[in-house]
Amino acid sequence: MLEIRNLHVSVDGKPVLNGIDLTIPAGEVHAIMGPNGSGKSTLAYVLAGREGYQVTAGEVRYQGSDLLALTPEARARAGVFLAFQYPVEIPGVANIYLLKAALNSVRKASGLAELDAMDFLALIRAKLKLMGMDEALLYRPVNQGFSGGEKKRNEILQMAVLEPKLAILDETDSGLDIDALKVVADGISSMRDAQRAIVLVTHYQRLLDYIVPDRVHVLSQGRIARSGGPELAKELERHGYGWIDAGRSSPMGEGP
Amino acid sequence: MATPILNLDDLISQDYKHGFFTQLEADAVPRGLNEEVIRLISAKKEEPEFMLEWRLKAYRHWLTMTEPHWATVSHPPIDYQAISYYSAPKSRKEGPQSLADVDPELLRTYEKLGVPLEERELLAGVAVDAVFDSVSVATTFKDKLGELGIIFCAFSEAVREHPDLVRQYLGSVVPYTDNFFASLNSAVFSDGSFCYIPPGVRCPMELSTYFRINARNTGQFERTLIIADRDAYVSYLEGCTAPMRDENQLHAAVVELIALEGAQIKYATVQNWYPGDKEGRGGIYNFVTKRGDCRGADSKISWTQVETGSAITWKYPSVILQGDNAVGEFYSVALTNHYQQADTGTKMIHLGRNTRSTIVSKGISAGHGRNAYRGLVKVAASATNARNHTQCDSLLLGDRCMASTFPYIEVKNPTARVEHEASTSRIGEDQLFYCQSRGISAEDAVSMIVNGFCKEVFNKLPMEFAVEAQKLLGVSLEGSIG
Repeated sequence: MLEIRNLHVSVDGKPVLNGIDLTIPAGEVHAIMGPNGSGKSTLAYVLAGREGYQVTAGEVRYQGSDLLALTPEARARAGVFLAFQYPVEIPGVANIYLLKAALNSVRKASGLAELDAMDFLALIRAKLKLMGMDEALLYRPVNQGFSGGEKKRNEILQMAVLEPKLAILDETDSGLDIDALKVVADGISSMRDAQRAIVLVTHYQRLLDYIVPDRVHVLSQGRIARSGGPELAKELERHGYGWIDAGRSSPMGEGP
Repeated sequence: MATPILNLDDLISQDYKHGFFTQLEADAVPRGLNEEVIRLISAKKEEPEFMLEWRLKAYRHWLTMTEPHWATVSHPPIDYQAISYYSAPKSRKEGPQSLADVDPELLRTYEKLGVPLEERELLAGVAVDAVFDSVSVATTFKDKLGELGIIFCAFSEAVREHPDLVRQYLGSVVPYTDNFFASLNSAVFSDGSFCYIPPGVRCPMELSTYFRINARNTGQFERTLIIADRDAYVSYLEGCTAPMRDENQLHAAVVELIALEGAQIKYATVQNWYPGDKEGRGGIYNFVTKRGDCRGADSKISWTQVETGSAITWKYPSVILQGDNAVGEFYSVALTNHYQQADTGTKMIHLGRNTRSTIVSKGISAGHGRNAYRGLVKVAASATNARNHTQCDSLLLGDRCMASTFPYIEVKNPTARVEHEASTSRIGEDQLFYCQSRGISAEDAVSMIVNGFCKEVFNKLPMEFAVEAQKLLGVSLEGSIG
C-alpha cells in the first residue's frame, strides 16, 4: 500500500525528517509514536501533500506509483486521507456541504455516479450513528464552535464517509476525554479491514489500548529509532521516550 | 516539495474570460457636452418641453459642481468633453448574424452560467430586432402587465406616454442637484426603465426576463423610476449574471424608487461589467446613485446587490424611511479582484416612527482589489423607536488586497437602537489545504467558502437568480484565489 524509502524533508531549509524507511501493507494498522518535535506531524503532512515541506531526498510510493507527484486533492481522490490534529474551521460552509462535496469529488474520480441529496443523507445518517454524533452537527459550519471532541469525531466521520484506502490519523486522541476517546477508537476500529491501511500518529500509548496496532514505530530526531509489535508501545509507556534515545546512544540499551 | 499545488498567484492572474465587443453602426452625436448636445438628445427622443427644461436645469447645476473624491477609489481624471453622450444603435447588419458567428469562448461562458439559448443570442448581440430596437420594447410582457394596470416600459416611452407620472415623480427621490454624477445623468440620461404599479396590485412576475432582454439598450447614462402605489408590490431584477461589455468607460446611472403607503419594492441587482484586465487597464467606472423613498406608512424597500464587475464601483443604494413603520433593507455582496475598486454601502435615513432598517454587507477582496463599505445610519429627532442592525463582513483572499469599513452613525432620538457588527476574515492556506485533503480542488474550495460567506445575501435573491449569482461567483473566482 505505502512504501517510504529514505525520505528526507526540510522545512525552511531545516532538516526535519532524516531518512525514513517504512512499508505499510494493506490490512495493517501501524502506530507512529515519538516525542514532540520528532517529525510525526511532518510525516503526516508530507504524505497528504501540504505546501511548505521540501522533500530533499527519497521517495514515497502509494499503490505502486509516485505519491509525491500528486496534488493534495488527487491524493485524496486516490484514497489517501489525513485526519488533522487541529481540524480547520470554515465559517459559512455547512458541515454536510463539505462532506457531500468531498464524497462526490472522490466518487467522480473513481468513475462512480455522484450521490444526490437524498442518497447522501441516508448514507450520512448511518455514519453519524456509528460515531454517536448528533445530526445537528451536519448543519453547523465546518468545525466552527465544535468542542475539541466534536472536531476529532468529525474527522473520523469524514473518514467513514470517504472510506479511504490509506488513512493517516494525526494525534486524533489528543484532547479527548476517556469517553470520547472510546467512541473515536471504536469508529476507527470499525474501519479496519483487509483492504485498508491505517497509520495512527500518536504521542501516547492510551489510544493503542483500544486499537491494537500490528506494528509500532518510534520516531526520534526525524528517523525511525525503533520498530516492533504492540508491546513496544507498552514499553515506551513504562520507560518514556528518553529510553529510546538512551537506547540509541548505547546500542544494547537497558532492556525491559 | 515536488507536489505542484495550485499556486495562488497563478489563479489570481487568470484573465477575465467573458468580455466581448459588438461592432454596431451607431447613430451618435459629436463628443463633448454643451446645451446644444442636450437639446439634440431631447429632440431625438421627441421629449416634451418639461423634460428638456429639466435636463437643462440639471446641466447648468452640474457646471457648478466638482467631481467628488471622498471615496477610497483612485482613477485618472475623466475628460467629460471626450465622451459621446448619445449613441443609439441603428442597424443590426454589422453584428453577428447567428450564434455561429459569436466567439466560442463567450458561448462556453453562457453555457457555464446556464443562460437559456434564446437569451444567449440577445446577449451576444445577434441580430434580433425586438431586442435592439431602442424605441420599442418587447410587447408580450407588456400586454400581460397592462391588464393589471401595470405600466412597464422604456423610460423614453414613459416620458411621451405618461408625462404626468414622470413629471410627478422624476427627481423626487434623487433631485437633479443631488450629486455630481446624478446631475450629469439628469442632464444626459439616455434611457432606462419606468415602472408603475397601481394601488393594491401585486405584480405577478419578477420583472427580470423583461429587463434582461432590454438591458442592452440602457447605455451608460441609465435612468430608472419605479413607483409602487398604495399596497402595491413589485420585485425587480436588474442586470444579468452573463458578462456584458461596453465600450463606454463611464457609467452614471440613477435609480429612484417610491413606495407609497403599505407598498413594497424589492430591487435586486447583479452587476458584471467588464472589470479591466489583470493589470488594471480598462474596465467600467460605475458611479451609480440609487435611492428609495418609503414615502407612505408601513411601506418597505429592499435592495439586494451582487457586484462582481466594473473597474470602479461607487454606489450606495439607500432608503429614506419617511412613513411610520417603514422598513428598509440592504443586502450586498461586492467582489473585487485584480485592480478592481469598490466603495459601496448604503444610507438608511430614519424619519418616521418605528422605522426599521437592516444592513448586511459582504465584501470580498482578492488580488490587488480594494473594497470599502461606507454606510450611514441616520436617526432623525422625529424617528421615535427607530431600529437598525448593521452587519459588515469582509473576506480577504491573499495578502495584497484591502478591505475597509466606514460606518457613519448619527442619532438624534434617544429611543433609537442602532447596532453595528463587523468582522474580517481571510481564506487561509490551511482552509484550502483542509478542503484539498478531502478531494476538493482549491478553486472549488474557494468557491464553496465564498458562497458560504455570501449565503445570507443570496438567500434574499429570488431562487433562480440566487443560483445564477452563485455560479457567477464561481466563474469570477476562477481568477481570484487567496
